[in-house]
Amino acid sequence: MNSLFRSQKWSYSFRTIVFIYFIGLIIIPIIGIYTQSFSSGITSFIDNLSDPLAWKAVLLTLKLAAIATLINTAIGTMIGWVLVRYEFPGKRMINSVIDLPFALPTAVAGFIILLLVGPSSLFYEWFGIDVVFHEPAIVLAMVFVTFPFVIRGLQPLLEELDKSEEEAAYTLGSSKSRTFFRIILPTMLPGILSGAMLAFSRAIAEFGAVVLISGNIPGKTLVASVYIFGEIESNNPQGAAAVSVLLLTISFLILWFIHKLNRGGQA
Amino acid sequence: MMMRRLWITLTYIVVSLLLLLPLYKIFTGAWADGLSGFMDALLRAQSLHALKMTALIVIIVTVINTLFGVMLSIYLVRATWLSPLVKRLSNSIVDLPFAVSPVIGGLMIVLLLGPNTVLGTMLGNVGVSIVYALPGMVLATLFVTFPIMVREVMPVLQEIGDQQEQAASTLGAYSWYTFWKVTWPNIRFAVMYGVVLTVARSLGEFGAVLVVSGNIINKTQTATTLVYQDVENFNVVAANGIALVLAAFSIMLLLLMEWTKKRKEVH
Repeated sequence: MNSLFRSQKWSYSFRTIVFIYFIGLIIIPIIGIYTQSFSSGITSFIDNLSDPLAWKAVLLTLKLAAIATLINTAIGTMIGWVLVRYEFPGKRMINSVIDLPFALPTAVAGFIILLLVGPSSLFYEWFGIDVVFHEPAIVLAMVFVTFPFVIRGLQPLLEELDKSEEEAAYTLGSSKSRTFFRIILPTMLPGILSGAMLAFSRAIAEFGAVVLISGNIPGKTLVASVYIFGEIESNNPQGAAAVSVLLLTISFLILWFIHKLNRGGQA
Repeated sequence: MMMRRLWITLTYIVVSLLLLLPLYKIFTGAWADGLSGFMDALLRAQSLHALKMTALIVIIVTVINTLFGVMLSIYLVRATWLSPLVKRLSNSIVDLPFAVSPVIGGLMIVLLLGPNTVLGTMLGNVGVSIVYALPGMVLATLFVTFPIMVREVMPVLQEIGDQQEQAASTLGAYSWYTFWKVTWPNIRFAVMYGVVLTVARSLGEFGAVLVVSGNIINKTQTATTLVYQDVENFNVVAANGIALVLAAFSIMLLLLMEWTKKRKEVH
Protein backbone atom coordinates (compact mmCIF):
# COMPACT_ATOMS: atom_id res chain seq x y z
CA MET A 1 0.00 0.00 0.00
CA ASN A 2 2.71 2.43 0.92
CA SER A 3 4.72 1.89 -2.20
CA LEU A 4 1.54 2.44 -4.15
CA PHE A 5 1.04 5.90 -2.73
CA ARG A 6 4.68 6.80 -2.89
CA SER A 7 4.66 7.48 -6.57
CA GLN A 8 4.49 11.08 -7.70
CA LYS A 9 1.75 10.25 -10.19
CA TRP A 10 -0.66 9.51 -7.39
CA SER A 11 0.07 12.72 -5.68
CA TYR A 12 -0.44 14.73 -8.90
CA SER A 13 -3.72 13.04 -9.71
CA PHE A 14 -5.02 13.61 -6.17
CA ARG A 15 -4.22 17.30 -6.45
CA THR A 16 -5.91 17.55 -9.82
CA ILE A 17 -9.06 15.76 -8.67
CA VAL A 18 -9.39 17.86 -5.53
CA PHE A 19 -9.03 21.12 -7.40
CA ILE A 20 -11.36 20.08 -10.21
CA TYR A 21 -13.92 19.20 -7.55
CA PHE A 22 -13.42 22.54 -5.82
CA ILE A 23 -13.69 24.55 -9.03
CA GLY A 24 -16.57 22.53 -10.43
CA LEU A 25 -18.63 22.53 -7.26
CA ILE A 26 -18.12 26.08 -6.01
CA ILE A 27 -16.65 28.41 -8.60
CA ILE A 28 -18.43 27.39 -11.80
CA PRO A 29 -21.98 27.55 -10.35
CA ILE A 30 -21.34 31.02 -8.96
CA ILE A 31 -19.89 32.29 -12.22
CA GLY A 32 -22.78 30.55 -13.97
CA ILE A 33 -25.48 32.44 -12.12
CA TYR A 34 -23.82 35.81 -12.73
CA THR A 35 -23.43 35.16 -16.47
CA GLN A 36 -26.97 33.77 -16.72
CA SER A 37 -28.57 36.82 -15.21
CA PHE A 38 -26.75 39.10 -17.67
CA SER A 39 -27.14 36.74 -20.63
CA SER A 40 -30.02 38.69 -22.18
CA GLY A 41 -28.28 41.98 -21.70
CA ILE A 42 -28.09 44.50 -18.93
CA THR A 43 -31.48 46.04 -19.70
CA SER A 44 -33.35 42.80 -19.10
CA PHE A 45 -31.38 42.38 -15.87
CA ILE A 46 -32.56 45.80 -14.73
CA ASP A 47 -36.08 45.05 -15.94
CA ASN A 48 -36.14 41.91 -13.84
CA LEU A 49 -34.94 43.79 -10.81
CA SER A 50 -37.25 46.74 -11.21
CA ASP A 51 -40.29 44.54 -11.03
CA PRO A 52 -41.98 46.18 -8.03
CA LEU A 53 -42.65 42.83 -6.37
CA ALA A 54 -38.97 41.91 -6.63
CA TRP A 55 -37.93 45.24 -5.15
CA LYS A 56 -40.40 45.01 -2.33
CA ALA A 57 -39.28 41.47 -1.53
CA VAL A 58 -35.64 42.52 -1.36
CA LEU A 59 -36.35 45.59 0.78
CA LEU A 60 -38.60 43.62 3.11
CA THR A 61 -35.91 40.98 3.52
CA LEU A 62 -33.24 43.55 4.35
CA LYS A 63 -35.52 45.32 6.81
CA LEU A 64 -36.62 42.18 8.67
CA ALA A 65 -33.11 40.71 8.68
CA ALA A 66 -31.82 43.95 10.20
CA ILE A 67 -34.45 43.80 12.96
CA ALA A 68 -33.68 40.13 13.65
CA THR A 69 -29.96 40.91 13.77
CA LEU A 70 -30.49 43.75 16.25
CA ILE A 71 -32.55 41.48 18.50
CA ASN A 72 -29.95 38.74 18.31
CA THR A 73 -27.13 41.17 18.97
CA ALA A 74 -28.82 42.28 22.17
CA ILE A 75 -29.82 38.90 23.55
CA GLY A 76 -26.71 37.20 22.14
CA THR A 77 -24.41 39.65 23.92
CA MET A 78 -26.30 39.13 27.15
CA ILE A 79 -26.26 35.34 26.94
CA GLY A 80 -22.63 35.20 25.83
CA TRP A 81 -21.71 37.37 28.81
CA VAL A 82 -23.74 35.32 31.29
CA LEU A 83 -22.33 32.02 30.01
CA VAL A 84 -18.71 33.15 30.32
CA ARG A 85 -18.83 35.34 33.40
CA TYR A 86 -21.25 33.68 35.77
CA GLU A 87 -21.51 30.28 37.41
CA PHE A 88 -25.04 29.06 37.97
CA PRO A 89 -26.96 25.78 37.98
CA GLY A 90 -27.89 24.56 34.50
CA LYS A 91 -25.13 26.53 32.80
CA ARG A 92 -23.70 23.56 30.94
CA MET A 93 -27.12 22.49 29.73
CA ILE A 94 -27.84 25.97 28.38
CA ASN A 95 -24.45 26.13 26.74
CA SER A 96 -25.11 22.89 24.86
CA VAL A 97 -28.61 23.78 23.81
CA ILE A 98 -27.49 27.08 22.24
CA ASP A 99 -26.44 25.28 19.04
CA LEU A 100 -29.85 23.70 18.57
CA PRO A 101 -30.83 26.02 15.69
CA PHE A 102 -27.73 24.86 13.80
CA ALA A 103 -28.66 21.22 14.28
CA LEU A 104 -32.40 21.46 13.68
CA PRO A 105 -33.59 21.40 10.05
CA THR A 106 -34.91 24.86 9.16
CA ALA A 107 -38.14 23.43 7.76
CA VAL A 108 -38.75 21.84 11.14
CA ALA A 109 -38.02 25.19 12.82
CA GLY A 110 -40.61 26.88 10.63
CA PHE A 111 -43.10 24.15 11.36
CA ILE A 112 -42.61 24.50 15.13
CA ILE A 113 -43.14 28.24 14.96
CA LEU A 114 -46.35 27.54 13.08
CA LEU A 115 -47.44 25.20 15.87
CA LEU A 116 -46.44 27.59 18.65
CA VAL A 117 -47.93 30.86 17.46
CA GLY A 118 -50.07 29.82 14.48
CA PRO A 119 -53.86 30.11 14.15
CA SER A 120 -54.59 26.93 16.16
CA SER A 121 -52.06 27.55 18.93
CA LEU A 122 -52.59 28.33 22.61
CA PHE A 123 -50.71 31.57 22.07
CA TYR A 124 -53.32 32.70 19.56
CA GLU A 125 -56.16 31.64 21.84
CA TRP A 126 -54.74 33.55 24.78
CA PHE A 127 -53.55 36.73 23.16
CA GLY A 128 -55.45 36.79 19.89
CA ILE A 129 -52.50 38.37 18.07
CA ASP A 130 -51.98 37.42 14.45
CA VAL A 131 -48.30 36.65 14.24
CA VAL A 132 -48.11 33.98 11.60
CA PHE A 133 -48.45 35.22 8.02
CA HIS A 134 -47.30 38.66 9.22
CA GLU A 135 -43.91 40.29 9.55
CA PRO A 136 -43.30 39.36 13.24
CA ALA A 137 -43.37 35.66 12.37
CA ILE A 138 -40.65 36.18 9.77
CA VAL A 139 -38.53 38.06 12.29
CA LEU A 140 -39.11 35.28 14.82
CA ALA A 141 -37.99 32.65 12.30
CA MET A 142 -34.88 34.67 11.47
CA VAL A 143 -34.07 35.20 15.15
CA PHE A 144 -34.37 31.47 15.82
CA VAL A 145 -32.26 30.36 12.89
CA THR A 146 -29.44 32.86 13.52
CA PHE A 147 -29.57 32.69 17.31
CA PRO A 148 -26.15 31.05 17.98
CA PHE A 149 -23.99 33.36 15.84
CA VAL A 150 -23.45 36.32 18.18
CA ILE A 151 -23.06 34.09 21.26
CA ARG A 152 -20.52 31.85 19.56
CA GLY A 153 -18.65 34.83 18.16
CA LEU A 154 -18.46 36.51 21.54
CA GLN A 155 -17.61 33.61 23.86
CA PRO A 156 -13.98 32.95 22.82
CA LEU A 157 -13.12 36.65 23.04
CA LEU A 158 -14.60 36.99 26.51
CA GLU A 159 -12.81 33.87 27.69
CA GLU A 160 -9.50 35.28 26.51
CA LEU A 161 -10.06 38.67 28.08
CA ASP A 162 -7.27 39.24 30.54
CA LYS A 163 -8.79 39.58 34.00
CA SER A 164 -5.78 41.54 35.21
CA GLU A 165 -6.52 44.39 32.81
CA GLU A 166 -9.95 44.68 34.28
CA GLU A 167 -8.68 44.45 37.84
CA ALA A 168 -6.03 47.05 37.11
CA ALA A 169 -8.75 49.40 35.94
CA TYR A 170 -10.70 48.87 39.16
CA THR A 171 -7.60 49.30 41.32
CA LEU A 172 -6.83 52.55 39.60
CA GLY A 173 -10.24 53.76 40.72
CA SER A 174 -12.17 53.28 37.53
CA SER A 175 -15.90 52.85 37.98
CA LYS A 176 -17.75 49.73 36.93
CA SER A 177 -19.37 51.28 33.90
CA ARG A 178 -16.17 53.03 32.85
CA THR A 179 -14.27 49.76 33.01
CA PHE A 180 -16.98 48.11 30.99
CA PHE A 181 -16.96 50.69 28.23
CA ARG A 182 -13.18 51.21 28.09
CA ILE A 183 -11.85 47.68 28.67
CA ILE A 184 -14.51 45.03 28.22
CA LEU A 185 -16.62 46.37 25.38
CA PRO A 186 -13.68 46.98 23.01
CA THR A 187 -12.63 43.35 23.53
CA MET A 188 -16.13 42.10 22.85
CA LEU A 189 -16.89 44.29 19.87
CA PRO A 190 -15.16 42.33 17.06
CA GLY A 191 -16.92 39.14 18.16
CA ILE A 192 -20.30 40.82 18.41
CA LEU A 193 -19.82 42.51 15.06
CA SER A 194 -18.72 39.46 13.11
CA GLY A 195 -21.41 37.36 14.78
CA ALA A 196 -24.04 39.94 13.92
CA MET A 197 -22.91 40.12 10.30
CA LEU A 198 -22.95 36.36 9.93
CA ALA A 199 -26.44 36.38 11.43
CA PHE A 200 -27.53 39.09 9.01
CA SER A 201 -26.23 37.30 5.94
CA ARG A 202 -27.83 34.08 7.13
CA ALA A 203 -31.12 35.87 7.80
CA ILE A 204 -31.38 37.40 4.34
CA ALA A 205 -30.70 33.96 2.86
CA GLU A 206 -33.13 32.04 5.06
CA PHE A 207 -35.80 30.09 3.24
CA GLY A 208 -36.95 26.93 5.03
CA ALA A 209 -38.07 28.49 8.29
CA VAL A 210 -39.67 31.46 6.56
CA VAL A 211 -41.57 29.86 3.70
CA LEU A 212 -43.94 27.96 5.99
CA ILE A 213 -44.95 30.87 8.20
CA SER A 214 -44.78 34.03 6.15
CA GLY A 215 -47.90 33.40 4.09
CA ASN A 216 -45.87 34.68 1.12
CA ILE A 217 -48.22 37.49 0.18
CA PRO A 218 -46.54 39.35 -2.72
CA GLY A 219 -45.57 42.87 -1.77
CA LYS A 220 -46.39 42.27 1.90
CA THR A 221 -44.79 39.20 3.43
CA LEU A 222 -42.92 37.76 0.46
CA VAL A 223 -39.19 37.68 1.26
CA ALA A 224 -36.48 37.54 -1.38
CA SER A 225 -35.61 33.86 -1.10
CA VAL A 226 -39.27 32.87 -1.39
CA TYR A 227 -39.66 35.27 -4.33
CA ILE A 228 -36.76 33.52 -6.05
CA PHE A 229 -38.35 30.16 -5.37
CA GLY A 230 -41.64 31.36 -6.83
CA GLU A 231 -39.94 32.64 -9.97
CA ILE A 232 -38.22 29.29 -10.45
CA GLU A 233 -41.52 27.47 -9.99
CA SER A 234 -43.28 29.72 -12.49
CA ASN A 235 -40.53 29.09 -15.00
CA ASN A 236 -38.81 32.45 -14.94
CA PRO A 237 -35.20 31.52 -14.16
CA GLN A 238 -33.99 34.88 -15.54
CA GLY A 239 -36.00 36.83 -12.99
CA ALA A 240 -34.91 34.45 -10.25
CA ALA A 241 -31.28 34.82 -11.28
CA ALA A 242 -31.45 38.63 -11.28
CA VAL A 243 -32.70 38.82 -7.69
CA SER A 244 -30.26 36.07 -6.72
CA VAL A 245 -27.35 38.06 -8.06
CA LEU A 246 -28.40 41.07 -6.02
CA LEU A 247 -28.69 38.99 -2.82
CA LEU A 248 -25.45 37.16 -3.52
CA THR A 249 -23.56 40.38 -4.04
CA ILE A 250 -24.80 41.73 -0.71
CA SER A 251 -23.84 38.50 1.06
CA PHE A 252 -20.41 38.36 -0.55
CA LEU A 253 -19.71 41.93 0.51
CA ILE A 254 -20.67 41.05 4.09
CA LEU A 255 -18.46 37.96 4.00
CA TRP A 256 -15.56 39.98 2.66
CA PHE A 257 -16.05 42.51 5.43
CA ILE A 258 -16.03 39.78 8.09
CA HIS A 259 -12.79 38.42 6.64
CA LYS A 260 -11.26 41.87 6.85
CA LEU A 261 -12.55 42.32 10.38
CA ASN A 262 -11.09 39.00 11.52
CA ARG A 263 -7.73 39.68 9.96
CA GLY A 264 -7.68 43.11 11.59
CA GLY A 265 -8.40 41.46 14.92
CA GLN A 266 -5.44 39.14 14.61
CA ALA A 267 -2.90 41.76 13.61
CA MET B 1 -25.32 40.96 42.70
CA MET B 2 -28.79 42.15 41.74
CA MET B 3 -27.73 42.71 38.16
CA ARG B 4 -26.17 39.32 38.03
CA ARG B 5 -29.33 37.57 39.15
CA LEU B 6 -31.33 39.58 36.63
CA TRP B 7 -29.07 38.60 33.73
CA ILE B 8 -29.12 34.93 34.65
CA THR B 9 -32.92 34.96 34.95
CA LEU B 10 -33.24 36.71 31.60
CA THR B 11 -30.96 34.14 29.99
CA TYR B 12 -33.10 31.36 31.35
CA ILE B 13 -36.25 33.02 30.04
CA VAL B 14 -34.87 33.60 26.54
CA VAL B 15 -33.42 30.10 26.24
CA SER B 16 -36.62 28.50 27.53
CA LEU B 17 -38.92 30.45 25.24
CA LEU B 18 -36.76 30.32 22.15
CA LEU B 19 -35.18 26.88 22.37
CA LEU B 20 -36.72 24.62 25.02
CA LEU B 21 -40.37 25.43 24.35
CA PRO B 22 -40.08 24.55 20.63
CA LEU B 23 -38.39 21.28 21.55
CA TYR B 24 -41.13 20.47 24.02
CA LYS B 25 -43.78 21.30 21.41
CA ILE B 26 -42.32 19.03 18.79
CA PHE B 27 -42.04 16.13 21.22
CA THR B 28 -45.60 16.43 22.47
CA GLY B 29 -47.32 17.46 19.25
CA ALA B 30 -46.47 14.24 17.44
CA TRP B 31 -48.60 12.29 19.90
CA ALA B 32 -51.70 14.45 19.43
CA ASP B 33 -53.45 11.52 17.75
CA GLY B 34 -51.87 8.94 20.02
CA LEU B 35 -49.20 6.45 19.14
CA SER B 36 -51.18 5.11 16.20
CA GLY B 37 -51.40 8.57 14.62
CA PHE B 38 -47.66 8.93 14.90
CA MET B 39 -46.99 5.47 13.49
CA ASP B 40 -49.44 6.00 10.64
CA ALA B 41 -47.70 9.21 9.70
CA LEU B 42 -44.33 7.55 9.83
CA LEU B 43 -45.22 4.32 8.04
CA ARG B 44 -46.81 5.94 5.02
CA ALA B 45 -45.07 4.85 1.83
CA GLN B 46 -43.95 8.39 1.10
CA SER B 47 -42.55 8.85 4.62
CA LEU B 48 -40.42 5.73 4.40
CA HIS B 49 -39.24 6.68 0.95
CA ALA B 50 -38.45 10.24 2.01
CA LEU B 51 -36.47 9.07 5.03
CA LYS B 52 -34.56 6.65 2.83
CA MET B 53 -33.71 9.43 0.36
CA THR B 54 -32.51 11.66 3.18
CA ALA B 55 -30.35 8.89 4.63
CA LEU B 56 -28.86 8.19 1.21
CA ILE B 57 -28.04 11.85 0.57
CA VAL B 58 -26.55 12.30 4.05
CA ILE B 59 -24.25 9.32 3.62
CA ILE B 60 -23.05 10.16 0.10
CA VAL B 61 -22.55 13.85 0.88
CA THR B 62 -20.74 13.26 4.17
CA VAL B 63 -18.32 10.76 2.67
CA ILE B 64 -17.47 12.90 -0.36
CA ASN B 65 -17.16 16.20 1.47
CA THR B 66 -15.12 14.68 4.28
CA LEU B 67 -12.59 13.25 1.84
CA PHE B 68 -12.34 16.33 -0.34
CA GLY B 69 -12.60 18.73 2.56
CA VAL B 70 -9.70 17.17 4.46
CA MET B 71 -7.54 16.97 1.34
CA LEU B 72 -8.26 20.54 0.31
CA SER B 73 -7.47 21.73 3.84
CA ILE B 74 -4.12 19.96 3.78
CA TYR B 75 -3.30 21.47 0.40
CA LEU B 76 -4.35 24.97 1.41
CA VAL B 77 -2.25 24.86 4.58
CA ARG B 78 0.74 22.73 3.62
CA ALA B 79 1.22 22.62 -0.13
CA THR B 80 4.45 24.21 -1.32
CA TRP B 81 3.33 23.92 -4.93
CA LEU B 82 0.61 26.55 -4.48
CA SER B 83 1.45 30.23 -4.47
CA PRO B 84 0.36 32.15 -1.37
CA LEU B 85 -1.99 34.20 -3.54
CA VAL B 86 -3.82 31.10 -4.81
CA LYS B 87 -4.02 29.79 -1.25
CA ARG B 88 -5.47 33.00 0.09
CA LEU B 89 -7.93 33.31 -2.77
CA SER B 90 -9.10 29.70 -2.44
CA ASN B 91 -9.39 30.17 1.29
CA SER B 92 -11.87 32.98 0.73
CA ILE B 93 -13.75 31.14 -2.01
CA VAL B 94 -14.30 28.13 0.27
CA ASP B 95 -16.60 30.24 2.43
CA LEU B 96 -18.83 31.42 -0.41
CA PRO B 97 -21.50 28.70 -0.05
CA PHE B 98 -22.12 29.97 3.49
CA ALA B 99 -23.21 33.26 1.98
CA VAL B 100 -25.40 31.72 -0.69
CA SER B 101 -29.08 31.22 0.07
CA PRO B 102 -29.92 27.52 -0.32
CA VAL B 103 -32.59 28.41 -2.87
CA ILE B 104 -29.96 30.19 -4.93
CA GLY B 105 -27.65 27.18 -4.57
CA GLY B 106 -30.40 25.04 -6.05
CA LEU B 107 -31.07 27.58 -8.79
CA MET B 108 -27.41 27.50 -9.82
CA ILE B 109 -27.61 23.78 -10.43
CA VAL B 110 -30.88 24.10 -12.36
CA LEU B 111 -29.33 26.86 -14.49
CA LEU B 112 -26.21 24.83 -15.25
CA LEU B 113 -27.58 21.32 -15.57
CA GLY B 114 -31.36 21.67 -15.92
CA PRO B 115 -33.27 20.01 -18.75
CA ASN B 116 -33.20 23.20 -20.86
CA THR B 117 -29.44 23.69 -20.73
CA VAL B 118 -26.73 22.51 -23.09
CA LEU B 119 -25.09 20.29 -20.50
CA GLY B 120 -28.42 18.99 -19.26
CA THR B 121 -29.56 18.00 -22.76
CA MET B 122 -26.24 16.31 -23.47
CA LEU B 123 -26.44 14.29 -20.26
CA GLY B 124 -30.11 13.59 -20.93
CA ASN B 125 -29.27 12.08 -24.30
CA VAL B 126 -26.91 9.66 -22.58
CA GLY B 127 -29.71 8.84 -20.15
CA VAL B 128 -28.35 10.67 -17.13
CA SER B 129 -30.71 13.07 -15.40
CA ILE B 130 -29.29 15.39 -12.78
CA VAL B 131 -32.06 17.84 -12.01
CA TYR B 132 -35.27 16.34 -10.57
CA ALA B 133 -33.23 13.27 -9.65
CA LEU B 134 -30.87 12.07 -6.94
CA PRO B 135 -27.60 13.32 -8.49
CA GLY B 136 -28.85 16.90 -8.51
CA MET B 137 -29.99 16.64 -4.91
CA VAL B 138 -26.62 15.27 -3.86
CA LEU B 139 -24.87 18.01 -5.82
CA ALA B 140 -26.97 20.72 -4.18
CA THR B 141 -26.24 19.35 -0.72
CA LEU B 142 -22.53 18.99 -1.51
CA PHE B 143 -22.44 22.65 -2.50
CA VAL B 144 -24.20 23.82 0.64
CA THR B 145 -22.08 21.76 3.05
CA PHE B 146 -18.68 22.07 1.41
CA PRO B 147 -17.16 24.79 3.63
CA ILE B 148 -17.93 23.03 6.92
CA MET B 149 -15.12 20.45 6.93
CA VAL B 150 -12.51 22.85 5.57
CA ARG B 151 -13.36 25.44 8.23
CA GLU B 152 -12.95 22.85 10.99
CA VAL B 153 -9.75 21.23 9.79
CA MET B 154 -7.73 24.18 8.48
CA PRO B 155 -7.30 26.02 11.80
CA VAL B 156 -6.09 22.83 13.50
CA LEU B 157 -3.55 22.17 10.77
CA GLN B 158 -2.33 25.74 11.05
CA GLU B 159 -2.06 25.48 14.80
CA ILE B 160 -0.13 22.21 15.02
CA GLY B 161 2.42 23.38 12.45
CA ASP B 162 4.39 21.03 10.24
CA GLN B 163 7.41 20.27 12.45
CA GLN B 164 6.26 16.79 13.42
CA GLU B 165 5.34 15.97 9.85
CA GLN B 166 8.71 17.17 8.58
CA ALA B 167 10.50 15.15 11.19
CA ALA B 168 8.59 12.09 10.10
CA SER B 169 9.44 12.58 6.44
CA THR B 170 13.08 13.31 7.22
CA LEU B 171 13.20 10.04 9.07
CA GLY B 172 12.05 8.42 5.85
CA ALA B 173 8.33 7.95 6.39
CA TYR B 174 6.25 8.03 3.24
CA SER B 175 3.69 10.77 2.90
CA TRP B 176 0.72 8.44 3.30
CA TYR B 177 2.30 6.94 6.40
CA THR B 178 3.11 10.39 7.77
CA PHE B 179 -0.51 11.35 7.31
CA TRP B 180 -1.86 8.39 9.28
CA LYS B 181 0.74 8.37 12.01
CA VAL B 182 1.37 12.06 12.51
CA THR B 183 -1.28 14.30 10.97
CA TRP B 184 -4.41 12.22 11.50
CA PRO B 185 -4.12 11.83 15.31
CA ASN B 186 -3.96 15.61 15.55
CA ILE B 187 -6.88 16.42 13.31
CA ARG B 188 -9.19 13.49 13.99
CA PHE B 189 -11.48 15.26 16.46
CA ALA B 190 -11.73 18.28 14.21
CA VAL B 191 -12.66 15.93 11.35
CA MET B 192 -15.20 14.22 13.57
CA TYR B 193 -16.72 17.54 14.54
CA GLY B 194 -16.85 18.46 10.86
CA VAL B 195 -18.56 15.16 10.08
CA VAL B 196 -21.24 15.78 12.71
CA LEU B 197 -21.87 19.30 11.42
CA THR B 198 -21.99 18.05 7.81
CA VAL B 199 -24.48 15.33 8.74
CA ALA B 200 -26.64 17.86 10.58
CA ARG B 201 -26.59 20.30 7.71
CA SER B 202 -27.28 17.74 4.98
CA LEU B 203 -30.01 16.12 7.06
CA GLY B 204 -31.75 19.45 7.37
CA GLU B 205 -31.07 20.84 3.91
CA PHE B 206 -34.32 22.06 2.46
CA GLY B 207 -34.22 25.04 0.10
CA ALA B 208 -31.57 23.78 -2.30
CA VAL B 209 -33.03 20.29 -2.40
CA LEU B 210 -36.58 21.57 -2.89
CA VAL B 211 -35.55 23.57 -5.96
CA VAL B 212 -33.46 20.83 -7.51
CA SER B 213 -35.67 17.86 -6.70
CA GLY B 214 -39.05 19.17 -7.80
CA ASN B 215 -40.35 17.44 -4.63
CA ILE B 216 -41.86 14.46 -6.44
CA ILE B 217 -43.61 12.05 -4.01
CA ASN B 218 -41.98 8.63 -3.75
CA LYS B 219 -39.25 9.73 -6.12
CA THR B 220 -37.27 12.78 -5.09
CA GLN B 221 -38.97 13.74 -1.86
CA THR B 222 -36.76 14.01 1.24
CA ALA B 223 -37.78 14.14 4.89
CA THR B 224 -37.63 17.94 5.06
CA THR B 225 -39.51 18.50 1.81
CA LEU B 226 -42.13 16.03 3.00
CA VAL B 227 -42.66 18.09 6.17
CA TYR B 228 -43.16 21.09 3.90
CA GLN B 229 -45.67 19.28 1.74
CA ASP B 230 -47.60 17.90 4.70
CA VAL B 231 -47.90 21.40 6.16
CA GLU B 232 -49.03 22.79 2.82
CA ASN B 233 -51.68 20.04 2.72
CA PHE B 234 -52.77 20.90 6.30
CA ASN B 235 -51.75 17.43 7.44
CA VAL B 236 -50.27 18.71 10.69
CA VAL B 237 -50.07 15.44 12.60
CA ALA B 238 -48.21 13.74 9.77
CA ALA B 239 -45.82 16.68 9.48
CA ASN B 240 -45.25 16.48 13.21
CA GLY B 241 -44.34 12.79 13.01
CA ILE B 242 -41.58 13.38 10.46
CA ALA B 243 -40.49 16.56 12.23
CA LEU B 244 -40.13 14.59 15.45
CA VAL B 245 -37.88 12.02 13.80
CA LEU B 246 -35.73 14.82 12.35
CA ALA B 247 -35.64 16.65 15.68
CA ALA B 248 -34.62 13.48 17.52
CA PHE B 249 -31.70 13.10 15.11
CA SER B 250 -30.76 16.74 15.57
CA ILE B 251 -30.62 16.31 19.32
CA MET B 252 -28.45 13.24 18.97
CA LEU B 253 -26.15 15.23 16.72
CA LEU B 254 -26.16 18.09 19.21
CA LEU B 255 -25.00 15.72 21.96
CA LEU B 256 -22.32 14.35 19.65
CA MET B 257 -21.25 17.91 18.89
CA GLU B 258 -20.83 18.58 22.61
CA TRP B 259 -18.85 15.40 23.06
CA THR B 260 -16.45 15.96 20.15
CA LYS B 261 -16.04 19.63 20.98
CA LYS B 262 -14.73 18.67 24.39
CA ARG B 263 -12.34 16.12 22.85
CA LYS B 264 -11.21 18.71 20.35
CA GLU B 265 -10.24 21.11 23.10
CA VAL B 266 -8.20 18.53 25.00
CA HIS B 267 -5.78 18.23 22.09
